[in-house]
Amino acid sequence: MVKFEVHDLNIWFSSIHALKQVNLEIRSNEILSVIGPANSGKTTFLRTLNRLNDLNAAFKMTGAVELERKDIRGIDIEELRRKIGMVFALPLPLPLSIFENVVYGVRMQGERNRKKLEEKTEQALRQAYLWEEVKGRMDESAFKLSGGQQQRLCIARTLAVDPEVILFDEPCSGLDPISTAKVEDAMVKLKEKYTIVLVTNNVKQAARVGDRTAFFLSGELIEIDATDKIFTAPQDKRTDGYIRGRFG
Amino acid sequence: MRKIKEFVIVKLIQVCGLASIFFVALIFLFLLKEGLSVFKTVSPFDFSFGKNWYPISEPAQLGILPLISGSLLVTLGAAVISIPIGVGCAVYIAEIAPLKIKEILKAGIELLAAIPSVVLGFIGMITLVPLVKNIFHLPTGLTALSGSIMLAFMAMPTIVSIAEDALYSVPKTYKEGALALGATHWQAIWRVMLPAASSGILAAVMLGIGRVIGETMAVMMITGNAAVMPNSILVPVRTLTATIAAEMGEAVVGSEHYFALFAIGIILFIISFAINVTADLFLQKRQQ
Repeated sequence: MVKFEVHDLNIWFSSIHALKQVNLEIRSNEILSVIGPANSGKTTFLRTLNRLNDLNAAFKMTGAVELERKDIRGIDIEELRRKIGMVFALPLPLPLSIFENVVYGVRMQGERNRKKLEEKTEQALRQAYLWEEVKGRMDESAFKLSGGQQQRLCIARTLAVDPEVILFDEPCSGLDPISTAKVEDAMVKLKEKYTIVLVTNNVKQAARVGDRTAFFLSGELIEIDATDKIFTAPQDKRTDGYIRGRFG
Repeated sequence: MRKIKEFVIVKLIQVCGLASIFFVALIFLFLLKEGLSVFKTVSPFDFSFGKNWYPISEPAQLGILPLISGSLLVTLGAAVISIPIGVGCAVYIAEIAPLKIKEILKAGIELLAAIPSVVLGFIGMITLVPLVKNIFHLPTGLTALSGSIMLAFMAMPTIVSIAEDALYSVPKTYKEGALALGATHWQAIWRVMLPAASSGILAAVMLGIGRVIGETMAVMMITGNAAVMPNSILVPVRTLTATIAAEMGEAVVGSEHYFALFAIGIILFIISFAINVTADLFLQKRQQ
């Protein structure tokens, strides 16, 4: 089943043409890795999906992005962002307890029932592979966690609002290899329930977890295909060059 | 030759740097020397909490509680008016206003800061005082309320510009994080931006209040200057600052009255100092 369909997407920031004529689809319950060098437009693409680019006054787009055949500009923006969770590059815990961090988004939607909040927290933390490490210390400050734990806490916070899609924006760029492995494990497990789009600078990570991989270069989508194919027999010479580390 | 030049320049700059501290110390010492003499005739307790200020009667009664109350009442009133409006204005400028309106508002706020206090006092006297008199059916419009409203205008530029700065320096990622969780714009402001900027906003408020409590000219012109204990915000009051300004010219040098005015100066100095230190603490907390 197709989750997202992107048609003729063009994006400008003032006069900078950040994305050029992008057409692709994102399937339900897959991990789509998006790779490309700096300034390739991959993060811009990701932020288009939950309309976070709209915060920038210079943002302009043509074409259409459809979530389950509905134009995302026609969906209530808070509803859209609740359906499409996002995990940022740097772990961004709030200066609150672990528990309060996880239920933050849930509370914002008006949930007050303590028992429900606790259920949600446990469920989300389990899915993010963090429950075992923090279950006895819910009231401790989130800043006491390690970087990798903080990032998984942010994943749990995103999961707690029951999204359908999760966007990862270079989620492991600040993490050590062991923490990275844990976040990757969580992602692979999560795709059973969610659709995942992963923007990453780490080509090997894309190969490890992605079902399909899209390669962006200077705002253009050069190639999108099954990950095996991209990494063994890419159609485009530029893709080949990038994944072999010849540039980027 | 170059070395000598270097040496002279460095020393000159050093002198400039130390001069400011030197002057502050001198002023404070002078204030202490003149002010503390009053406590030979009146105890610090009677001075601070005495309810009667009759400096030229015989014997002189030097209780400054009415003046402290006047200052606090006017300041409190100004704070109640200026804090919500000022912080609201800062949120609007930092978060909501389109770029063009933002520029206009910022220029307007700077202009408000540039109006001399005597002009504000004069305008208040002509427009605000009769208005207060008519609205509340008072014998006079020269009241603490009039002073509070006028001083709120003076505190606002400080509050707005520093609070706006604090909001602006909250990392963009905080707001994006909240919005990505499905927060509305207002939820992101109320639950993320304001708490994250809270120490800067508190510092803004403290500095605004510091400006109000030290203000002299405008309050002297529109608060009525009656040195009696205020029982509401609709009566004339006299502030610490206005007392010094109004009476220093008439006080005989070396008299009890003269020393008492310096002692009021010490009290004001302590209050301003405390407010500034508190504001500094908040600002430091923000930088951490």
